[in-house]
Amino acid sequence: MSKEPVAVVGIGQTKHVAARRDVSIAGLVREAARRALDDAELGWADIDAVVIGKAPDFFEGVMMPELYLADALGAVGKPMLRVHTAGSVGGSTALVAANLVAARVHGTVLTLAFEKQSESNAMWGLSLPIPFQQPLLAGAGGFFAPHVRAYMRRSGAPDTIGSLVAYKDRRNALKNPYAHLHEHDITLEKVQASPMLWDPIRYSETCPSSDGACAMILTDRAGAARAPRPPAWMLGGAMRSEPTLFAGKDAVSPQAGKDCAADVYRQAGIADPRRDIDAVEMYVPFSWYEPMWLENLGFAAEGEGWKLTESGVTELDGDLPVNMSGGVLSTNPIGASGMIRFAEAALQVRGQAGEHQVDGARKALGHAYGGGSQFFSMWLVGAEPPDA
Amino acid sequence: MPEVLKAPLTVEFPFTRSLGPVQSAFLTGLRERVVLGVRTGDGRTLVPPVEYDPVTAEEIRGLVEVAATGTVTTWAWNPAPRRDQPLDTPFAWVLVRLDGADTALLHALDAPGPDAVHTGMRVRLRWAEERTGAITDIACFEPYDGEQGELTGHTGEFEDPVTGIVAPARLDYTYSPGRAQTAYINALAEQRNVGERCPSCRKVYVPPRGACPTCGLATSEQVEVGPHGTVTTFCIVNIKAKNLDIEVPYVYAHIALDGAGLALHGRIGGIPYDQVRMGLRVEPVWTEGARYPDHYRPTGEPDADYDTYRELL
Repeated sequence: MSKEPVAVVGIGQTKHVAARRDVSIAGLVREAARRALDDAELGWADIDAVVIGKAPDFFEGVMMPELYLADALGAVGKPMLRVHTAGSVGGSTALVAANLVAARVHGTVLTLAFEKQSESNAMWGLSLPIPFQQPLLAGAGGFFAPHVRAYMRRSGAPDTIGSLVAYKDRRNALKNPYAHLHEHDITLEKVQASPMLWDPIRYSETCPSSDGACAMILTDRAGAARAPRPPAWMLGGAMRSEPTLFAGKDAVSPQAGKDCAADVYRQAGIADPRRDIDAVEMYVPFSWYEPMWLENLGFAAEGEGWKLTESGVTELDGDLPVNMSGGVLSTNPIGASGMIRFAEAALQVRGQAGEHQVDGARKALGHAYGGGSQFFSMWLVGAEPPDA
Repeated sequence: MPEVLKAPLTVEFPFTRSLGPVQSAFLTGLRERVVLGVRTGDGRTLVPPVEYDPVTAEEIRGLVEVAATGTVTTWAWNPAPRRDQPLDTPFAWVLVRLDGADTALLHALDAPGPDAVHTGMRVRLRWAEERTGAITDIACFEPYDGEQGELTGHTGEFEDPVTGIVAPARLDYTYSPGRAQTAYINALAEQRNVGERCPSCRKVYVPPRGACPTCGLATSEQVEVGPHGTVTTFCIVNIKAKNLDIEVPYVYAHIALDGAGLALHGRIGGIPYDQVRMGLRVEPVWTEGARYPDHYRPTGEPDADYDTYRELL
């Protein structure tokens, strides 16, 4: 028996900001869920199950927050489950929810991911002072910056590529009312003049810390037929993982990422991602990850990804727009960041992306990664349902 | 086998919470010696209150005052109170349904012993002398055989409401790095880097993990690596990290010790930061009594060829 096609019929997110002091965590997730239901013109009773994701509990220090969020998400009396895959969790959460629909376990599922970084301390949560271990000698950017240098060495990319990505993503964010950073006076010169934090990574090439939530309503064919607005159809979805550190790890282009993308393309019948995919929303917390992931995901040959960035191909009006929403570089409620990528891909093929809409987007890729390039989750969505 | 290392690990952090409208009213009420619940769609009163109706999922905001007297619905005796618990003498954990409420609140009951506690007993709330807008504004409950407490008629509207709290969290662990890392750490005390080789892929893990993550096999063959190594990649850190007493800028590098199957992390010194490069050959510099090398410095050997370390970035 074939899988049930999965449709995205509702999308909601909060206006991402540095601190939402006016709401509890319950109030924050509620806002995104309510907007997704409104988009789908559904009520709480129409939801069969809830699948929720966030970053590790240590971030906000609420152990298993999903237990107390059941009321806020209308989950009382329904199955509710939590997904954990570090920074990629927003993507993995959506895929777990999608699989429940594809397997015909449930007809309509609410999936949601969040982070309230203002109540959290991610850096502390990730670097506990473990006895006998040498303390990490740098922050999160310091962990990733050597990989960026390795990429630059391997590809021969000019030093300016990272700043081009940051300049593009921050301009895209100006078109997205939900984005956290709205830097109206951004210029390329300002990006390039921002302080070098972890050389080769500059301040303006790093992501902010945000409070936010993102929710989607996933449903089956019957649910899609009742939807008031065009659905996005899932054409492929996959997850892969590998250790953060192991002998032979390619931190610049991890094997798990390549395998994950290949699985998605196989499911979706994508022969040439560069030609067949109209828009990409990928997880780029430090600007240089755009060219790195372009190669990892098969949009460019190894060492060639930066040329797409440099030539303007990844601009909003380019041939392969990347991070139309402004990306993680403009908005980063960590647990929600993966789902925001997935939701943006769906918004694009639904034609609902507003000012950051890519004209005629029919197929879009949403991508998330987490841990030390340890977890990968991706989906490909289209304006047309999958072939029967 | 030498004894495996162990040490205490305390995880402690003062988390902040934004309360939202309902918890804000509840905690501000406690500060003002008023207990507030919320009224649900089916007419029940929930204490402590929640923001969303557990039955209908609708937003609920109607605040209702309840009495500071109530009935124990169940309990458990706590013979040995721990740090930061409500009382420092033995007490009962109780669920108390306050008069006027349909649900019960968890708190402590000050009672002389378990024989003095029973389900169905009447209790009264004891307010803390110093109140800040926190659950600890209720010092505890105490046995009570008087009339039901009087209501103040409060609406739940407050001047100067509490909108956030600090919730300190603390976890105490005993941490052990296990057999393989214990051997590694003990060898470091002799300024030697000892890893373990995978019996299948033959790669040497430093520090060793006791198993090869790629092959899934236990490792036991010990192999000394280094002391020289190659800087495979690095960054220049320009911002001072908290709790790290290192002058910026400094170089944080991946260093593949000779013979190791993957790079470890270290600081590069003994050379201006802007002259550090991929392929630089380095050796550890130890300081008296330190568990790890303080930093690595150039050996003066010619730089390693990229192809010799390109798999070790």
